[in-house]
Amino acid sequence: MSVPLSWYLFLAAALFCIGLYGVLARKNAIAMLLAVELMLNAVNINLVAFWRYLRPVQMSGQVFAVIVIAVAAAEVAVGLALIISVFRRRKTVMADEIDLMKW
Amino acid sequence: MTAERIVFILTAIFLLASALKVVTSRMLMHAALWLVAALFGVAVLFAMLQASFLAVAQVVVYIGAIAILFIFTDMLTRKDLRDQGQQTRSNWWLPALLGLLLLVGLSSIILGIPGVDRTFTALPEGFDPVRSLGIALVSPDAYVLPFEVASVLLLAALVGAVYLAGVFKKD
Repeated sequence: MSVPLSWYLFLAAALFCIGLYGVLARKNAIAMLLAVELMLNAVNINLVAFWRYLRPVQMSGQVFAVIVIAVAAAEVAVGLALIISVFRRRKTVMADEIDLMKW
Repeated sequence: MTAERIVFILTAIFLLASALKVVTSRMLMHAALWLVAALFGVAVLFAMLQASFLAVAQVVVYIGAIAILFIFTDMLTRKDLRDQGQQTRSNWWLPALLGLLLLVGLSSIILGIPGVDRTFTALPEGFDPVRSLGIALVSPDAYVLPFEVASVLLLAALVGAVYLAGVFKKD
């Protein structure tokens, strides 16, 4: 007996919820992006699990997961560049201290 | 209890524990290193699901590029790497409650999916997932357009990141 599909789905759901908590609860903007990565990985687990269990001959799930990885890389690059740029102007990366539209 | 289930349970415990450390560590550098552990756990899951290309891509792209970017940004945005004081908001219990509620809701949805307890069957004889993935990514009948759009998006994002983070002096 191999692993049932539901185990993967429950694991991904738990990982997503941990990521959601991290995004909402952390003060540091970099830590919030770290938690976003956890959520994206939870989605990828779901995509690959559905690919393997439901339609292993069609590659849609894996292709989608590849594109999610590429978009995650783009998101992290721009997000961290924004954080570095904000740090240069305001000398802080805490999300609750970045509260002005223009300085 | 087969070997595969034992490996899955061990990986799941490792993954969830690392993920909890990512969101609860006081020091951001530790959180970034725990993220590396969590991403590695996801790569193990991909390998168990026979998505070998994605398992390698997970290690190369996520651990090799994204996690390193996080560590560099952490080092660039502070003088002292030791974080002091409260790292979560004062009303942190509200997100925790929201996360638990979402988990309960998602679990009830998962339990309602028909055929969710199925186990996977062996791949067809002579079927190579890596080869099929490669063909699907470049075949005009399949996913060449989304793939190219993703490449252009990544290129544009990286150029934008250089522009945002760089210092350009006019002279």
